[in-house]
Amino acid sequence: MKRPDNRIRPSEITPPEVYFDRRQMMALGLASLAAGGIAGRRALAAEAGNASTILAARYKAARNTKLSIASTPNTYEAITTYNNFYEFGTDKSDPSQNAREFRTTPWNVEIGGECEVKGSFTLEDILKPVTFEERVYRLRCVEAWSMVIPWVGFPLADLIKRFKPTSKAKHVEFTTLLDRQQMPGQRYRVLDWPYVEGLRMDEAMHPLTFMVVGVYGRILPNQNGAPLRLVTPWKYGFKNIKSIVRIRFVEKQPLNSWQVAAPNEYGYYANVNPKVDHPRWSQATERRIGGSLFAQRSATEMFNGYAEQVASLYAGMDLTRNF
Amino acid sequence: MNITQRYRWLYKPAVFIIALLPLARLVAGAFGIAGISLGADPVNEILHECGKTALQLLLITLAVRPLVRLGRLHNLLRLRRMLGLFAAFYALLHFVTYAWLDQNLDFQAILADILKRPYITIGMAALLMLVPLAVTSTNGWMRRLGRRWQKLHYLIYPIAILGVWHFWWQVKADIREPLAYAAILAALLGYRVVVKARSVSATARGRSADPAP
Ligand code: HEM
Repeated sequence: MKRPDNRIRPSEITPPEVYFDRRQMMALGLASLAAGGIAGRRALAAEAGNASTILAARYKAARNTKLSIASTPNTYEAITTYNNFYEFGTDKSDPSQNAREFRTTPWNVEIGGECEVKGSFTLEDILKPVTFEERVYRLRCVEAWSMVIPWVGFPLADLIKRFKPTSKAKHVEFTTLLDRQQMPGQRYRVLDWPYVEGLRMDEAMHPLTFMVVGVYGRILPNQNGAPLRLVTPWKYGFKNIKSIVRIRFVEKQPLNSWQVAAPNEYGYYANVNPKVDHPRWSQATERRIGGSLFAQRSATEMFNGYAEQVASLYAGMDLTRNF
Repeated sequence: MNITQRYRWLYKPAVFIIALLPLARLVAGAFGIAGISLGADPVNEILHECGKTALQLLLITLAVRPLVRLGRLHNLLRLRRMLGLFAAFYALLHFVTYAWLDQNLDFQAILADILKRPYITIGMAALLMLVPLAVTSTNGWMRRLGRRWQKLHYLIYPIAILGVWHFWWQVKADIREPLAYAAILAALLGYRVVVKARSVSATARGRSADPAP
């Protein structure tokens, strides 16, 4: 049994109602009073450290109701302690423990490939001109569990346009930081580090495709992929590459890490599809995290419930072959 | 009377209580007792904890014979039946967790899983073999089956192999943990083979054979 010394206890979970109240209090500058306990103060201090150059207030972004689902989000506790982020360990509880000291400032993102504007950009450069918004998205893991998460970020399309991709740019390739010192999981070749993911250009430009910098109105915790990660809600979670340091525009379809690891199990598209099983388990149903022990599984929806918005991207494609 | 003999009476209750600790943690976690939590996905935690405990107990049960021989820990022999029964108990709990909490007793889905998912097929085979061993673990059955009891209980080896294989097959990428279990199992099986080979050659020379596992 693993119990970190200063893990947030269930009693400290912020239910969504309280969280919205607290947002207001924070705006009034009463954050430390509201946060109360030591854990709260420590969390805020950590945020301040990583966010020194980015105004914390920016993360309390307005919700994009049109692109948000109505379901109640999972708790902050669940979202930040149940993570697949193999760079910090393969257990779901590893990242929240091993990523505590991870430094996300300074942070640079290298832009290259088939585009006119290239070079190394600081996170501040990247974030300065964009407007943050909150979007409540479903997240469906390939392991057949799911959550609902209030992300804070901006459309990837807004970022891409600034780099002026050329006509040869058919795909976007993302790379995670490679740093064996800070990311203990990279000391073992569980995957072919660094983690790589990719999107077809039209997927990358899709309005649902989100670059995430925060969750629950706060800066993104390290274990969730700080300081910059991708979220494509109609795809399995492993497409949502974390702690991005490189974005390249390429002509050929990139080889994403999980496809390299097990090509018969994980594909490039990784669209949520209840009719196409993973070879070792069914994808027809999922367990919503946060239910009771005896909660029923729910039926998995095509494209994770986003079929109306994204199905046209795959018109005429054989989704059994292009899994 | 030496010290190991003086405390003989303690061994069984002590092992009994230790073997119940994983279950106690799961029950406490499920009901939020004593601040124990099973994390964001308690069903998965229960499933995995029972599976892993079953496998660990299987390997410990298999390790009894070598420990008795190499370490002269004869008292361990008296604990072997209990260890084996606890292995079967946790394997059964593991299956019940899967069928009830994970699959909501959807027998169609369960049957489909058993037929279509090789790692579940293997797990099911292991469980089905464990059941007769648990049932025939009593003194009465031992007497009734005589020499055949021994033969039947050699099934513990294929069960352990299937258990490790089942574990290996369901991990996504990080095989270090199942690899460790496989290495321990290989050592135990290797030991068995060596002992068997030695006793065969000893019998050929007219000495008594090594008793069963
Ligand atoms: C002797 C019998 C068995 C043993 C020793 C055993 C052992 C294990 C172990 C060690 C794990 C991995 C736990 C972890 O990663 O922490 C596991 C996972 C699992 N087992 Fe078993 N098992 C047995 C029988 C079964 C049976 C009969 C079923 C179902 C019919 C089953 C279904 C599963 C499932 C669904 C998982 C989880 C897979 C996942 O999370 O993707 N097992 N088992």
